[in-house]
Amino acid sequence: MAADPPPADSVPVVALARLGRRQGSRWTLRGVDLEVPKGQQLMVVGSNGSGKTTLLRLISQAWLPSSGKIRLFGAAPGPEAAARSALLSHADYLYDDLSAWENLNILVRLYPQKDTDPLAILAEVGLDKRRDDLVRTFSAGMRKRLALARLLWKRPELVLLDEPYGQLDPAGGQMMDALFRRFRAAGTTLIVATHQVRRVGALCDRAIYLADGKLCWEGPAAKAASVADPGGEE
Amino acid sequence: MLPVPRAIFEVLRKDLLLAWRTRARVAAVLAFGVTSLLLFSFAAGPDTVKLRANASGYLWLAILLCSTLALTESFRYEVQNRALEGLRLIPTEPFAIFIGKSLANLLLLLLLGVALVPAMVVLYDVSFKLGLPMMIGVIFLGAAGISAPGTLYGLLAARVRSGEVLLPLLLFPLEVPALLSSTRATELVLTGDPMGQLQSWLGLLFAFNVIFWSVCGLLFGRLMEE
Repeated sequence: MAADPPPADSVPVVALARLGRRQGSRWTLRGVDLEVPKGQQLMVVGSNGSGKTTLLRLISQAWLPSSGKIRLFGAAPGPEAAARSALLSHADYLYDDLSAWENLNILVRLYPQKDTDPLAILAEVGLDKRRDDLVRTFSAGMRKRLALARLLWKRPELVLLDEPYGQLDPAGGQMMDALFRRFRAAGTTLIVATHQVRRVGALCDRAIYLADGKLCWEGPAAKAASVADPGGEE
Repeated sequence: MLPVPRAIFEVLRKDLLLAWRTRARVAAVLAFGVTSLLLFSFAAGPDTVKLRANASGYLWLAILLCSTLALTESFRYEVQNRALEGLRLIPTEPFAIFIGKSLANLLLLLLLGVALVPAMVVLYDVSFKLGLPMMIGVIFLGAAGISAPGTLYGLLAARVRSGEVLLPLLLFPLEVPALLSSTRATELVLTGDPMGQLQSWLGLLFAFNVIFWSVCGLLFGRLMEE
């Protein structure tokens, strides 16, 4: 007789086994084992080129691994997991020749949400007054805000943020802090790659440190600064 | 998971919206096509009989040349800001994305082909023995024969340096059967079909489309993953 499946909450949202990715002749990620339970806020730290972005792209399914295995929500990666997760990447996936509203509307049509007004999402990221402007006229920070609006519209259960504070002004940074708290309150699983170790460390539960594509340390997020930013300069 | 028909429709809608937003570029591609037809007439000389006899070939060469520009354009905005990666994250079958983009390219090529017909009539002094609707039908099938492999190779070319040079090198040899059957079918539409050959050429074009829309649709997913 087959055993009962484990309860949904006990299945890690992300489970990586010996995960690796090779680009050309270089391994940008090597042998990473990691589990992220539901609702956990994980910070990924490491120097430039340590494999943080690669890790997030692999988990988001934007890239395929060269070795190892990924399980998302207890199953193999696929369209189901893609529908339940979202990535805020360095690349914003926006179309320069479309307006802010038209870019958001692509997601609105793909993922209809009956109880949410897309204009409210644009207002939340501070772009409601620029909704009809072409994205090509936006600053880097505004593009980031629009990319964030697209992520929020999707209401993902797994949020992947790659340098979320990059290009944002101080008000945008505060908006991002508030979003972290909102994700926590909603029980959203969060994986954040960042160099802002102290700021994000105060908002996350756990941290991992990557160096040269390998997972070198993991522990409480509050202690990550002593590993990743021992000088305290951030 | 997003239903395949809805994903196809949304990708098609997005591509048509982008084509509309960048319609100055579409107009430039059309101007290039008309210029090509004009240059062919100069190259062939003032012999009206010769021009009329070769009109269908010139039309399809102009459409094929225009297609490389249009297909490059359709992936230009996907490469900017890695939007292609964003498309890959849509929870649907890659086949749906291929069909959506190919349909958008088909409509664009159909528009270009139909818009080139008046220029062909004026420059080469031709008339439609089998009627204009049949002419549009042939352009539709021929454009479909270019758009499916063109979308696959457009993706490939978009991912490599100097891809715009690579695209015609990959696409043109593959298009020989489609070019041949489209040209012959167009010639029969222009001059009449007393021997009943049109059906055979359209059949060949249809078979080319069935094979290449299926094969390219399967390969597109693999290519998106790489």
